[in-house]
Amino acid sequence: MDKHIIDQIIDKHNCEPSYLIQVLLDIQAENNWLPREALERVAERLQVPMTRIQHIATFYKAFSLVPKGRHQIHICVGTACHVRGASRVLDTVQGLTGIEPGETDLDLKFSLETVNCLGCCALGPVVDIDGKTHGKMAPAKTADVLKNYD
Amino acid sequence: MSRINSPDELEKVRQEIISRENPNKPCISICAGAGCIASGASEVIAAFKAEIEKQGLMAEVNTKGTGCPGFCERGPVVVIYPEEICYLQVKPEDVPEVVSQTVREKKVVDRLLYVDPTTGEKATHEADIPFYRNQERNVIGNNIKIDPKNIDDYLVIGGYSALAKTLSKMTADQVLQEVKKANLRGRGGGGFPAGTKWEGSRNAPGEPKYVIVNADEGDPGAFMDRAVLEGNPHSVLEGLTIGAYAIGAHEGYIYVRQEYPLAVENVTIAIQQAQEYGFLGKNILGSGFDFVVKVHKGAGAFVCGESTALMTALEGRAGEPRPKYIRSNVVGLWGKPSVLNNVETWANVPLIINNGADWFTQFGTDTSKGTKIFSLVGKITNTGLVEVPMGTPLRDIIYKIGGGIPGGKKFKAVQTGGPSGGCLPEELLDLPVGFDELTKAGSMMGSGGMIVMDEDTCMVDVARYFLEFLTEESCGKCVPCREGMRQMLKILTNITKGKGKDGDIELLEQLSETAIEAALCALGKSSPNPFLSTLQHFREEYEAHIKEKRCPALSCKELISYYIDPDKCQACMNCLRKCPSEAITGGKRQIHIVDQEKCTKCGTCFEVCPHRFHAVRKISGEPVPPPIPEEARTIVRKSKEK
Repeated sequence: MDKHIIDQIIDKHNCEPSYLIQVLLDIQAENNWLPREALERVAERLQVPMTRIQHIATFYKAFSLVPKGRHQIHICVGTACHVRGASRVLDTVQGLTGIEPGETDLDLKFSLETVNCLGCCALGPVVDIDGKTHGKMAPAKTADVLKNYD
Repeated sequence: MSRINSPDELEKVRQEIISRENPNKPCISICAGAGCIASGASEVIAAFKAEIEKQGLMAEVNTKGTGCPGFCERGPVVVIYPEEICYLQVKPEDVPEVVSQTVREKKVVDRLLYVDPTTGEKATHEADIPFYRNQERNVIGNNIKIDPKNIDDYLVIGGYSALAKTLSKMTADQVLQEVKKANLRGRGGGGFPAGTKWEGSRNAPGEPKYVIVNADEGDPGAFMDRAVLEGNPHSVLEGLTIGAYAIGAHEGYIYVRQEYPLAVENVTIAIQQAQEYGFLGKNILGSGFDFVVKVHKGAGAFVCGESTALMTALEGRAGEPRPKYIRSNVVGLWGKPSVLNNVETWANVPLIINNGADWFTQFGTDTSKGTKIFSLVGKITNTGLVEVPMGTPLRDIIYKIGGGIPGGKKFKAVQTGGPSGGCLPEELLDLPVGFDELTKAGSMMGSGGMIVMDEDTCMVDVARYFLEFLTEESCGKCVPCREGMRQMLKILTNITKGKGKDGDIELLEQLSETAIEAALCALGKSSPNPFLSTLQHFREEYEAHIKEKRCPALSCKELISYYIDPDKCQACMNCLRKCPSEAITGGKRQIHIVDQEKCTKCGTCFEVCPHRFHAVRKISGEPVPPPIPEEARTIVRKSKEK
């Protein structure tokens, strides 16, 4: 990741240590994951020990310390989706992609995550792929949708 | 946009904005809340804008994306003013007709109206739809009228008049007394009286003081705070500023989860616009009162909804709670007095100031005043946000507003209060919703999630689900929560897999007791609730799982098998073609059979089997009948016999 962009993000938050989480969120949004060099730069500029950054990067779910795939699958497992059969949808996606939640496949094609409620409960079970919401999913329909991504 | 320096100037600006717009000018309001966007509202908005341009009506018609009015089930929702005609499930294809018929000719497009499923009657206006008619929408009612990205829309409906009243006519103490008199209780979960919390902070030593909006709505299946913050961000800012004045704070934070990008965007714009008008910043409305607000995005940790954990996260550290020997309103953010209230609580404050505590207390029960927004989701006909006076019976919410259970299924339970809440059975449906009533029944108000479950939902699995959620979200600081919940989850998972044994229930009860007694924060203390409340009301389901290895709801994957009834199968090949694991054998005129070895129990065959055949069955607690012999598999059609 470009050091220049990292510095820009840090400067946007006035190099303020209490904005550490906000800085990391912006880096995550920009780069999709947190590379080691980026974290080291943040530690250096904000004067925060690396252990604290590691603590935060592993504590909060928004952060990833490994690269992500080209397509991000977010399967909602909120309560409303759960009672409408989200676990069967998750099983299908796991079967088709061969990855578990939190993992990325070897071709860097898909990354799979579960999320707790996307707030579209009327459409449950919901699967979000690259920001597009697919509602009223069932195992067979999920398989059809996944075919559209390469 | 110029700065407003006094309450009189505010009224002048307001009148000017109102007079600028002809009240009879048509306005097309399209819900741009997350639920409707997911149903295609963005395309509908674009189609309206294009069509208005095409028909050359740009000067005569306003089009705007608004906040969420709550009827997510029938989204995208479109309301046409000034007639207030309400269209549901509008698609881009419908747009040209709506513009030429309704906007130009003032005719109603019948097919887009709400149709009552029982009477078949159509409803033209929002207020005629039973879903809305039975609500009291003090807080979210304005959402459909305003574009959240435009502060002028909020001023038109009387926005910031409560702030003007507070700053010009009331002392901080009077504001405090009014909120106390209204008995406004926290809408985020605990139900702690806001006035008392504010007073504690006001009287606490230490400067500066802080006010914080908790918009880290983490309960799965709850999205009312998002709808308010996304749809009417200024109402929250106004409430927050009034609160800051009452306790003497000059700095506020909005902690909003990053999973709500639209809420982050809208509230950021709102803060900027409020600053330009001078509702935030230095010397607000010429009163000498200074107040600034900053937005902090949450990085995805459920525990950060807990007050002390949230404040730790605001300080830029991992959000772990601390013991609350001293409450956070006395020692909070950066060790200073800090008032944390949830979005909906803050949004109620301007209403109380404007209308008075007596107006507010006319809604609700003796101990729970005002209205509450619930997110009614799950196995319910009308999914959406529902705002009702406290004390409304659950039955009214689920049947009168929610329209009951879809698909002719039987109601089983309603889960309230989020992961730490509980499940209430049919017998308790007449319970009025209120903080104390729900707690007494073994559940809680929580932030207002209401998940309806029907006969197909397994209650043991529901308990396991919530425990799994809470185990994942445990911050790991205290042992009863970190280790106890993990053990509870293990036992519950075993039960749902048919590996339960005698004594499991008792062991779960012991672990629950320890967590309630010894966990550090409310998350840990309430973590056994899903288990305890399902055990209390549905003990027989636990016993069926443990003793008979049977799931009465036919839901637990490991305890059920799919079986095709040879007497009913018409060899239509539907299930055979759709089965993702190729576990079904058969052919044309050959009765299909599920290969139990290959079956992954995804349930696709059960779903695709035509209703008139109803040949696929779920079996639990008994062995699957052996497949019929090969020679008996050929179906001889009666018509062909002749």
